[in-house]
Amino acid sequence: MASDTDIAPILTTRRDEATGFLQKVISKGLGWARKYSLFTYPFATACCGMEYMSVAASRYDISRFGAEFPRFSPRQADLLMVVGTINLKQAPILKRVYEQMTEPKWVVSFGVCASSGGFYDNYAVLQGIDRIIPVDVYIPGCPPRPEQVLDGLMMLQDKIASEHHGLGNKAKLPERPGYRDIVLSK
Amino acid sequence: MSTFALDQIHQQLPEALVERYVDRAGDAWGVIKPEQIPHVAKLLKERLGFRMFISMDAVDRLHLPAEEQDPRFEVLYFLRSVERNELARLKVRVNEGDEVHSIRGVYQGANWGERFVWDFYGVSFKGHGDLRRLLMYEEFKGHALRKDYPLRGRQGLMPERPLKDLFRGPGTNGVAD
Repeated sequence: MASDTDIAPILTTRRDEATGFLQKVISKGLGWARKYSLFTYPFATACCGMEYMSVAASRYDISRFGAEFPRFSPRQADLLMVVGTINLKQAPILKRVYEQMTEPKWVVSFGVCASSGGFYDNYAVLQGIDRIIPVDVYIPGCPPRPEQVLDGLMMLQDKIASEHHGLGNKAKLPERPGYRDIVLSK
Repeated sequence: MSTFALDQIHQQLPEALVERYVDRAGDAWGVIKPEQIPHVAKLLKERLGFRMFISMDAVDRLHLPAEEQDPRFEVLYFLRSVERNELARLKVRVNEGDEVHSIRGVYQGANWGERFVWDFYGVSFKGHGDLRRLLMYEEFKGHALRKDYPLRGRQGLMPERPLKDLFRGPGTNGVAD
């Protein structure tokens, strides 16, 4: 009979207390490794992209936190940064990029346009990317200061460190609705 | 301010010109009949040297005072002559449901301009041949820049396109399922 921890989804937290000592050590080690080696996929669509470049460049230098390497293929990335306005025509593209990323994966919503639509409260803009994909950290600002982005990244690192990371985890992936289901439910 | 283009239209195609006036910014405008605009465009391009199609737009006058609401739409044309350094400003007034004759046969650049006006204002063009939406997706209902379109009139997410068109990617008007 499968125990509770065996069928736990990968991304759930607060499972640590129920797991054994060795598993806990492995989880902490994996969490430490994962939080300092985030490979970013910058989904940059708007002016926030300039701010992302500023964060990535030498003055603010996101590589100090390990998120050094932008990978322009979703298959090689584990952090999706949605940087800028997502309109309704781009929504299926964003959903497909997210689905192409391998587990474990995290999402940062960069700026108010990605988080809530911002001031584009009109017929063409998706009012927040959390309507189609799950989001871990929201960074407010129009655009956010680089310090805010680094703060958001550190919050994500804390979140990753406190998650349960399994070694050779064969548990089923969390159920997420496909884009087609979201469209049909509206 | 040179009014060479409007003078020539006035002389050579007087039946096409409804009125001409100067706006608040001091620019001269010519109002053309909807069925005559291809002839005027042909005259401007082939005989007068206005070879560059700059842009097209439309105005919905629904919220103006009652006497200015009829006809409801104005379709604007901007044509430039590089040799004369002159911008010809033309407009056509139509009501909802009326058709403007297309100038795509004269200016190829008007293809997207007329598709844009159709997409956002719902003014259709006779003889365009390929009048599809330009920016919004095909499932979108209504015309977004009309004054009676609700400000937050969001519609459902667009369906995902099949990934058959590898170069343009998903989300384009590719092949149907």
